[in-house]
This record gives sequence, structure tokens and C-alpha cells, in this order.
Amino acid sequence: MIDRSEKYLYTWRFIFLSSILFLVGAGLVWRMLDLTVIDRAFLKQQGDARTIRTMVLPAYRGMITDRNGEPLAVSTPVDSIWINPQDFDVQDQDIPQLAKLLNLPVNSIKALAKEQKKGFIYLKRGVEPALANQIKELDISGVYLQHEFHRYYPEGEVASHLIGFTNIDDKGQEGIELAYNDWLQGSPGKKRVIQDRMGHIVEEVAKLQDPRPGQNIVLSIDRRIQYIAHRELKKAIEQHHAASGSIVVLDTVTGEVLGMVNYPTYDPNVRHQARTENYRNRAVTDVFEPGSVMKAFSIATALESGKYSPNTVVDTRPGSMMVGDNEVRDVHPVGVVDLTGVLKHSSNVGTAKVILSLPKTDLVNFLHRLGFGNLTGSDFPGESPGVLQTNVTWGPFVQATLAFGYSISATPLQLARAYTVFATGGKLLPVSLLKVNAPVQGVPVLKPKAAKQMLTMLEAVMESGGSGAAGQMEGYRAAGKTGTARVATRGGYDPHRHIASFIGLAPVTRPRLIVAIVIVDPKKSYYSAQVAAPIFSQVMNDSLRILEVPPDNVALVEKQKEV
Amino acid sequence: MKNAIDSIKMEVYRRRTYFKYRNNWQRIHLDPFLLFSLLLLIGAGLTVLYSAANQNISLVLAQVARLGLAFVILLFFAQISPPRLKAWSPWLYVIGILLLVAVLIIGEIGKGAQRWLELGLFRFQPSEIMKLAVPLFLAWYLSDKPLPPTPKTLLVCGAIILVPTLLVAKQPDLGTALVLVIAGGSVLIFAGLSWRLILGCLILIGASTPILWHFLHDYQRQRVLTFLDPERDPLGNGYHIIQSKIAIGSGGIFGKGWLHGTQSHLDFLPEHTTDFIFAVNGEEFGLLGCIIVLIIYFVIFARIMLIAKDAQDTFSRLIASSVALIFFMSLFINIGMVIGILPVVGLPLPLFSYGGTSMVTLMAMFGIVMSIHTCRKLVPT
Repeated sequence: MIDRSEKYLYTWRFIFLSSILFLVGAGLVWRMLDLTVIDRAFLKQQGDARTIRTMVLPAYRGMITDRNGEPLAVSTPVDSIWINPQDFDVQDQDIPQLAKLLNLPVNSIKALAKEQKKGFIYLKRGVEPALANQIKELDISGVYLQHEFHRYYPEGEVASHLIGFTNIDDKGQEGIELAYNDWLQGSPGKKRVIQDRMGHIVEEVAKLQDPRPGQNIVLSIDRRIQYIAHRELKKAIEQHHAASGSIVVLDTVTGEVLGMVNYPTYDPNVRHQARTENYRNRAVTDVFEPGSVMKAFSIATALESGKYSPNTVVDTRPGSMMVGDNEVRDVHPVGVVDLTGVLKHSSNVGTAKVILSLPKTDLVNFLHRLGFGNLTGSDFPGESPGVLQTNVTWGPFVQATLAFGYSISATPLQLARAYTVFATGGKLLPVSLLKVNAPVQGVPVLKPKAAKQMLTMLEAVMESGGSGAAGQMEGYRAAGKTGTARVATRGGYDPHRHIASFIGLAPVTRPRLIVAIVIVDPKKSYYSAQVAAPIFSQVMNDSLRILEVPPDNVALVEKQKEV
Repeated sequence: MKNAIDSIKMEVYRRRTYFKYRNNWQRIHLDPFLLFSLLLLIGAGLTVLYSAANQNISLVLAQVARLGLAFVILLFFAQISPPRLKAWSPWLYVIGILLLVAVLIIGEIGKGAQRWLELGLFRFQPSEIMKLAVPLFLAWYLSDKPLPPTPKTLLVCGAIILVPTLLVAKQPDLGTALVLVIAGGSVLIFAGLSWRLILGCLILIGASTPILWHFLHDYQRQRVLTFLDPERDPLGNGYHIIQSKIAIGSGGIFGKGWLHGTQSHLDFLPEHTTDFIFAVNGEEFGLLGCIIVLIIYFVIFARIMLIAKDAQDTFSRLIASSVALIFFMSLFINIGMVIGILPVVGLPLPLFSYGGTSMVTLMAMFGIVMSIHTCRKLVPT
């Protein structure tokens, strides 16, 4: 019986079972074949997708310096701390330590772990490398570092409007940072790395692309002049309780902007408390009706026409005149004066009379040639072209108001630039915010003779008795023009708000700088002679000394010799 | 009566083993063919383990130490002649059942299941003893019954299998419970269970699936559901299967090379030193490596089946074939799980996976097989 059963067992049963097991084994092999051959590409890609990452290598953002290489905006390496909530280990005992290092509440860090749908949340950005290393050493699961660059502005509020700033992602948002973002930012690199499940980089496979660092920019600004302008503007605005103000300092040889400041200002390094309205670089974005500073161009138009000379007598009596239905008045009547006197005493009636005696288009064409109504070419983002209407039918009153600086709006930069014609013998210079190395070719817009006469007449404005006498300096001869305009509001002029302005150049013997000053809504006194002219004297004097321009005021030089 | 016959048999074995050695291997009761196949497999296993453990040599050494212990146990069981083992079988079974009950009452809880008994120096799983005791006891019970077994005998057999299986499933340890059913079932099949009954049992199991489903733990249900569709929970229950399929598939035919697997080294593949070590093998050595390992397994399996064929008596034959089937099924269940054709049950890959308990049991089984080989028939039938 046993023998029979054994035979029974080890013939059919053995064969049958073995073949079943063989089939099972074949099934295993078949499945492996399926995975390793047919599904291989898909599974390999899935595997790579889990481990291979392309990482962005941030590019160093170029530095912005002033004309002498002093840094105005620099990038320093920092780290940003981020977490992946899906990997984040809330139970980690080092979390209180992390919170302490980052100065964040423990609970708010732990709360982030609940954001399970996200794979990336910043914990803190721009952490110093030393601190970041400490955090890295805690080795908390799901907490990672990311190298970045932080932008720092050594000059703070002094140059903030001009330079602007970058956002947290290192992209330019305002000013030069915005205008030249592509040039500054370079291009980020890429590298391929292998990561483990916790996101630790295990191996760097290949550098796909090196980060190309951004390039530096050298501005035309002189940090010292910028600082002087800032200091004087701030002082004046606080003293006169003015709403705002701007100063532009131009080099009359190259057309470079050596200084451009506005107030109120902000510190780009601590922007969270800044008001966005203060971000505006008012010197190029804000237009205003300039008023009397425009009279220089009207008088120049008269000289250019050949019908007038500096000595031509103009009768402004009785200090007012009717143009059509409107009256033009002088605040202080000046009687019968020559053309120099009209400018010196800033007579509205005299200027209007002169311009009305000339062909209608003379002045407006000249103003157009001076660049009013057009962008200056500074390439500053948000620059305003101002308004100069050239193709309307002018009534005589509009023509008269244009003569003393109304019916036109301009930026402080445009005004400063237009004054270059008096410094260069009639050539209008292009302005530049970047350092200019080659000599600059101006565009002739005024006869050299007229320009020269204008320079003398503008110097007369600053002699004692002239409207700009307060702008006089001891060491240098200066020429300039004051302006006091009412603030245009909807439906007319605000009788209580004024804009005091002053534009002047020095030294007269060999002009080097133009300083344009605009003070909006000074409360104590609104006459330019009292508000803007003293600033001019300070800024101009100090700037010329910094540039080591020899004094040309002979009286002073002799006085020094006597001592 | 039964005992008298056995004692005569024992004497016969003793005499033969002492006076008719064919070589030195016989003297120490070892089968060189089986032994070298095992060593080859273990060598391959350690190689893969070294890589899977991220080149942590101390982990490999710990495994080597366990293997040493396991070989001592193999040697020990190889010296026990089948009749003596037969005499021990009922006691082993009873002790095993008692330990299983003890585990349910005072067992250690590890990884969410109550499987361990703390024995001072080491912990051990009584369910492992049952892997050995169930086939032994069944073979003991069937050895003097007429074969094929009668329905009444089968009923008793069913109880012998079911009691420890339910106790183990309660822990819960689905994998080991499954092995127990296979171990017992294999004895029954080799004992000459009629085909009709086998078919009937399979149908019964199929039909009882919905009822079984009701008794499963939630995590077990999740595993089955995930097996059917791993993508339903790729970060939770499906994670294991997806990662291990990626590991094997991305290895291709020739593999990524030893120590160059990314899935295991970068920590994506879970349990890569234990239950999922075969995926590491696949990733680093490719389809070719997998097939070579499978061939070694098959050689061992076939060798045990041959030993069963030449065994002296019914008891020995039943035990040897049961060992072969247990070995094969553990292998099949583990690899099937790793390559995604079976649901995830926590069963290690025999002689590959890191860990001791199952290895010790397995080596004891191989020791028994070697003893059976030593005491085989001199003239094959």
C-alpha cells in the first residue's frame, strides 16, 4: 500500500506540482521582463524624476557705483530658509532652536507643516551666511537653504530715488535698478544634482550652465555732490516747511548729471516703512509750471531775433498791461528799464511786451528746440516729457503767459538741461545719468553771441538789487534766474501754494556746473529769492570746491592776497 | 506499536550512518550540493545587502553573525535522525501553540503587531516555531494513516493547521499565517489529497474571500486595495510598490551596477535591507541578476525535492517536500510583492533579507532536510 501510494505521489503529483511551480517561476521572470524591458523607459524616467533636479545658481547682480567708483548698490551673498511641508518634521526637537535663530514664533513654524498641498514655503529670506550655517547644522528634516544675493545701498536715502531698488527676488523695481535691470542682473546658471528623499544634495552630476554675473554700472553721479545736494535740500525743506523739493546738478561740459536729489526720501535698505509716493524721482517724473526761470529763454529769443540787445529800453509802466481781456501785472513795478533790467527784476510786463512784439512762433520754436515737451534721453523709468503745446492757435495772452513761464510744464531736469545753452555758447547738451567718457557734441540752438549776452545778463540778476542776489557766492561768479510760480490746480491757480525755483550756473568765466532747485509749497516765505537762491549758493559753492574748480571772483582773490 | 516500529527504525538508521558513510560529508550529515548552493545564495545576499545598507559594514557583519548561528542550528538539526524528530514533533507543536497563546497575552509589540517574546538576551517570534511544527506534526499524524487520507483524518489535519494559523493571524501577521497554511497544505498535497478536494478547497477559499475581508485588519485591507491599484495612494500604501517597481524597471537588463542604485541609496525605496531587498538586486544587477538569483533558488528547491523523492519513509518525504514548498512559496510571495504581482505582506526574502528569526527557522528546516538526505534509501525506488 505504501509502495502504491509512493508511486502515485512521485509520478503524477510530482510532475504536476513541479510544472505548476515552474509556471509560477516563469510568471515571475515574465513580470520582471515586463518591468525591465517594456516599462523600463517610463520607470527610469520616474526614478530620475525622484532624484535628479535642476538647481538654479543665482547670478551676482552687478554693482552700481558713482563716477569715482564709490559703491551705491552692492550685492552680498545671503541664504534663504525654506521648508517643504510634506517633508517637514514637526516633532523635531531642534525646532525651538530654529525658531530662536530666526526670531520667529515656534507655533507659526509648526503651523506651516499643515500646508500639505505646498512643496515650498519661505521661512525667512536674506539670512546671513553664518546664521544660515547654524540652521543647516540643526539638520531638521524638510528645512532647506537657498543661496541668494541681498542688495545693499551704502548711501541709503541720499541716492535712493535715482538708484531705486530691487525686490526680494533681486529684480529691479525702480530707478536705475529697473532701467538697467537686464544689464545688471546677469543670467542665472543651472546645475544638475542628485537628491535623496529628504532633499539633501548627494551628488552634483553636471554644471549645465555657469551663472553669468551681471555687469557693473558707473553712474555720472558724484557721491559727494549728491550728498551736499541732499543735505542742503533737506535743511531747506525742513526750514521752510515745504511739501517737497528737488535739486539737479549738471556738468555743463559733458551734460552728465552729477547730483540728483529729492525730498521727502526713503532708505532703500529699510523699505517696509517707506511710503510709495516717496519712491518717485520727482526731478524727472514730476512736472510743474516753472514761472520766471523761463524768462531767460524769452529774453534769449528776443536777442536771437536781432531786434533786441541787452540795452534795448522797455517801458513796463504802469506795472500792468491788458492782453486781450486779461491783465498782466508786475508785483513790484519796475518802470522804464533796459532788457537786462527786465530780466534782473523779473518783470512780467516787460517780458510779455518783448515776446508779443516778436513773431508768434519764435518763442515756442525755441522752447521746442530746447527740448521742452520731449524726454531728455536720460532713460530714467517714468520720466515725464512735460507739456509744450506747439500746434495750437495761440491767443496773445497764452503767448504772453508762455513768456513768463506759464502755459508750459517741465521737469527740473529739463530746465537744468535747457540752461546748458547759456553755458556752452548756445549748444544744448544731451543729459546722461551714466558716466560719459568721450567729449560731448551739443546741438546749436542759440547764436553764440546771444548766449554770451545772456550769460552776462543772468549774472546781473545775481548782483545786489537783482532778484537772485541771495544766490551769490564769495569765490565764484554765478549767473542764474529765480522763479516763483503758483501751483496749478484744477480750475486755476492756488493762491496759497507756490513753487520756488532757481536755476544758475557758475563760474561765469568758464561755466562748469548748473544747479537747478525746485521747492514745492514752502510755507514761511514763497519767494524764490528767499527760499531757493540761498540753497543754490551753498550747493554750487561746495560742489565747485569739490571739483577743484578755481575761483573766478577777482575781488575775492585780491582780498585774499591782501590778507 | 508505533513506538516499537520507530525504535527499530532508529536503530537501523544509527547502524547505517555509522558504518556506511560514503564520504566525509556524510560523517557530519551534510549534503555538499545543497550546502554549496545555500552558500552561493548567501554570498549573493550579503553582496546585495552591503549595497542596500549603504555600505554599512557593521550591518553586514551582524548578518554574518546571525548566519553563523543559523549554520550551527542547521548542523544541530542535521544530526537528528528523522525517527527522533518524528518523536519530538507532537511536543514541538504543543509548545509552539502554548507560546503563541503566551505572545497574545504578554508579547512585545513591535511595528504595530504583537509578535515577539522577550527572552532576556534576544526576542523571538513563536510563530516561526510553528512554521516548523505544523508540517512536522501533520507528517507525524499522517505517517501511520492510510494514504490518501480519509475525510475524518483530513478534518483533524484541518484543525491542526487552522489553530496556529488563526493565532498568528490574530497578532496580526498575515504573511506568516499564509506560510503556515502553505506549510500544512503542502504536507496534505504530498500526502495524496485527492484532486477533487484540492479543487474544492481552492473554490472554498475563493468563495470565503468576502467573509475573510470582513475579518481583515484595516491596514491589511488597505494593502490589498493598494495592490489592486497602487496609484490610488502613491504617498501612502502604494508608495512601497511604486518605488520598488521603479527600482527594478530602471535597472533594465544589466542593472545600474553594484552600489549605484539610486532608489535604495537615496532612501526612496523603503525597507530596502529587509522585505524589499530584491528590488535593490534588480536595480543594481538588472534582469540578469534577478534571473541568476532565481536560478539559484530553483536549484535549491529542486535539490530538496530530489531529497524528498529519495527519502526513507513517508514522514521524511512529507517533511522534505513541505520544506521545499515553504521555501518556494516564501520566495514567490516576497518577489511577487516586490515586482507588484502580489499585495504587500511583510515576508522576508529567504536568505537575502536582513534579519534573524526567519533565517534561523529556514536553516533548521535545511538541517532536517540534510538529515533526511543522510538517512535516504540506498537504492532509489
